[in-house]
Amino acid sequence: MTELARKRPEFRNINALKDLPNYRLPVAGVVSILHRISGLLMFVLMPLIIWLFDNSITSEISFARLSAAFNVGLGFVPGWFMKLVALALIWAYLHHFIAGLRHLYMDVCHAVTKEFGKSSAIVTLTLSIGLTAVLGAKMFGLY
Amino acid sequence: MSVNYGSKRIVTGAGYGFRDWLAQRVTGTLMALFTVILLAQVIFTAGPIGYEEWAGIFASQWMKVLTFSVILSLLYHVWVGMRDIWMDYIKPVGVRLVLHVFTLVWLVGCAGWAVQALWRL
Repeated sequence: MTELARKRPEFRNINALKDLPNYRLPVAGVVSILHRISGLLMFVLMPLIIWLFDNSITSEISFARLSAAFNVGLGFVPGWFMKLVALALIWAYLHHFIAGLRHLYMDVCHAVTKEFGKSSAIVTLTLSIGLTAVLGAKMFGLY
Repeated sequence: MSVNYGSKRIVTGAGYGFRDWLAQRVTGTLMALFTVILLAQVIFTAGPIGYEEWAGIFASQWMKVLTFSVILSLLYHVWVGMRDIWMDYIKPVGVRLVLHVFTLVWLVGCAGWAVQALWRL
């Protein structure tokens, strides 16, 4: 182990409840942590995603059952809740997708300036939240 | 202190994470392409999309093969990502091992189910 690695300072006095809300995370940092959270969300809900996929392609009966689950609910789960969960998944996918493209662009074009980090983060958030709002409005029948 | 990175780094035979880093980008690119191809098929389908139209998209052999490779890509992509999360936040080795095993079982199970649903079509 090198001299520097051994003396690396450790900070263990960060309190999640007291310090994190005041922490001024730059907008690129917000995109970064949301990339992680959206990935974790899709990992946790993966069986639900596959259940949706399975029912949607297996047969006309399962397809109709799936449509009904979103319109009138399934068992004790109301339809609006199904839509809400689907909306969370739509946001997670869109954010992860756009933030991922941002990563790929940065890697390929060596776009690593502070300014690009900030402007592309704003574009990522605007697009992902905007598209989620549009699709959500469609799903809940607002237009 | 002597430089131990870049071309001067002392190679010990251990992994440096480059392979996983690259794999995450390659699998991510494939999944992004799949997303665009799937969206294009949905958008360019005339009329409302019912069961016939939706299942029809996945029925062709090339789409099945593509979807299959996307499922495998997803498996590896999520494994790298979840392992990163556990490595960053979970310090006790025992807990981390349990979570790693859980992640692997969860992902392999999900991938199996997805492939089964796909190939039943």
